[in-house]
Amino acid sequence: MASASFVVTAVGPHCSLQDHGRKGLMRFGVPQSGPMDRTAFAAANLALGNPADAPGLEISRTGISLDCTAGSITVAVAGGGFQVEIDGITHGSWSVTTISAGAKLVIKPGFWGNWCYLAFAGQLQATSWLGSVSTHGPSGLGGGRLVLEQQLTIDHAEIRAQRVGDIPCPVFARPRHNLRVVLGPQEHFFSAATIATLLSQLFALSDAYDRMGVRLTGPSLRPDAKLDMPSQAIVRGSVQVSGDGASTVLLADHQTTGGYPKIATIISGDLDGFVQLRSRQQVTFDEISPEAAIDIARTRHQAQQQYFAALHKAVGRARDPA
Amino acid sequence: MSSVKIDPVIPPDSAFPRYRPVADHALLVELGEAIDPALYERIWQLDAALAAHPIEGVTETVPAYASLLIDFDPVVTDHQRIKQAVERLLRESGDKRAAGTLREMLVCYESPFAPDLDAVASATGLDPEAVIATHLAGSYRVVMYGFVPGFAYLAGTPEVLRLPRKPTPQRGIPAGSVLIAGPQCLVTTLTMPTGWWIIGRSPTAILAEDSDQPFLFDVGDSVRFKRINRRDFDIAARRG
Repeated sequence: MASASFVVTAVGPHCSLQDHGRKGLMRFGVPQSGPMDRTAFAAANLALGNPADAPGLEISRTGISLDCTAGSITVAVAGGGFQVEIDGITHGSWSVTTISAGAKLVIKPGFWGNWCYLAFAGQLQATSWLGSVSTHGPSGLGGGRLVLEQQLTIDHAEIRAQRVGDIPCPVFARPRHNLRVVLGPQEHFFSAATIATLLSQLFALSDAYDRMGVRLTGPSLRPDAKLDMPSQAIVRGSVQVSGDGASTVLLADHQTTGGYPKIATIISGDLDGFVQLRSRQQVTFDEISPEAAIDIARTRHQAQQQYFAALHKAVGRARDPA
Repeated sequence: MSSVKIDPVIPPDSAFPRYRPVADHALLVELGEAIDPALYERIWQLDAALAAHPIEGVTETVPAYASLLIDFDPVVTDHQRIKQAVERLLRESGDKRAAGTLREMLVCYESPFAPDLDAVASATGLDPEAVIATHLAGSYRVVMYGFVPGFAYLAGTPEVLRLPRKPTPQRGIPAGSVLIAGPQCLVTTLTMPTGWWIIGRSPTAILAEDSDQPFLFDVGDSVRFKRINRRDFDIAARRG
């Protein structure tokens, strides 16, 4: 059985193995996890002809270097605008290519983006936990974080020459500065003036950014009411405010419950674009109604399904305009 | 200190249940805003009713002290339809008590597993043996999970053992540590920091990785602690 191997020769923090994650376990304290940018992760897999959620690598802003030590395999990179080099030759930041033993794959930070995905035409060997290889950041359970000198083995490695070429990067995979939110569920802890501040002022991502969440800098959103609410469920996209007025957007590995009020929640369709913003980049919040949020989710779902279907089917993309 | 207590946070529409939309994919149902056994019993009833009568498009439910989050697929359903279905379930589910299963957890209260036992004894005016006996006598229910995987909030710590947090949290507390935390009792599942009082260690795994039932208990279950000595702890810990 053909397999391919890589060894990690340089890696930053927050690089990990991911797949679809764990759904339905929040009641046990387990968030879904999975890729930070779900669109880009699916794109990398589908461009290879894989299922959208096949195990792959999530690479953080700092990038990664991998030496291919055995075999030959077609791989796909998608997410953000990273610099992708194989043996010093530059490839598109969203592209499918074949790599063989002796070659060096380097993914470096490029013009934009925080998270990039590497998918393989084969089965990446990985430790599963509760039905998923996704790494739960705080515990390291699942496939785990990538470390220096780690060996990665891909079983059933294939060369899929007809898949080689650029992957189109859709508009909805671009970084998103303008975030649509539904207020609450604890907006009643805040004065009208504070809600107006949220919806009119600029905020920025801070350096306190990992897979659990990102703290924002900007005006204080200090709650007016006493912080006495019993802990409640948290979702990905919750804008949680602590007693001192600092806000944090909770992300893939978020705590499942907490006692701080959530002033607003970012709609699911805007999160992939949000996580591709880097520290110090600015954001604004726009209130929409729950009904509008549902409409947007359905429209997005349709556009995304069309894009995914085309990617999955496409062969010989190198000859098509992206 | 004023003798009249005015609560400034009661909103004008204090009627429960309250339904709060969460982005495009969830509805938070609040049945109250206190930590009160009568309330979380009703949360468990609603949660059980949702499991018994699944609503189309619901992907998961997350029970907490006084609220239930219902997560759904926005392509299939919406907040309004979930709200109507929940209203129907609340009308029909009546006053059935959520039964829950009784689970047993072993605890060793010996050194070095109980670094705060003496401090709890002096803070409560009990001797260490009485602290242990009081802890064992408590009747515990799993109210919710949170913070890290498998970290369950057990209500039912006896009144006399309810202490405020320690002034400074301690880092690197091993998994299995039995903590008393105000009215709650918690058993850690991962190495983590805590500001609560560590009175013992349990070899009973809450989080069993390779199992059809990866978590020892579900929300609503009852928990009884059973005292073991160090030798039995080591045997149980080896068995895993």
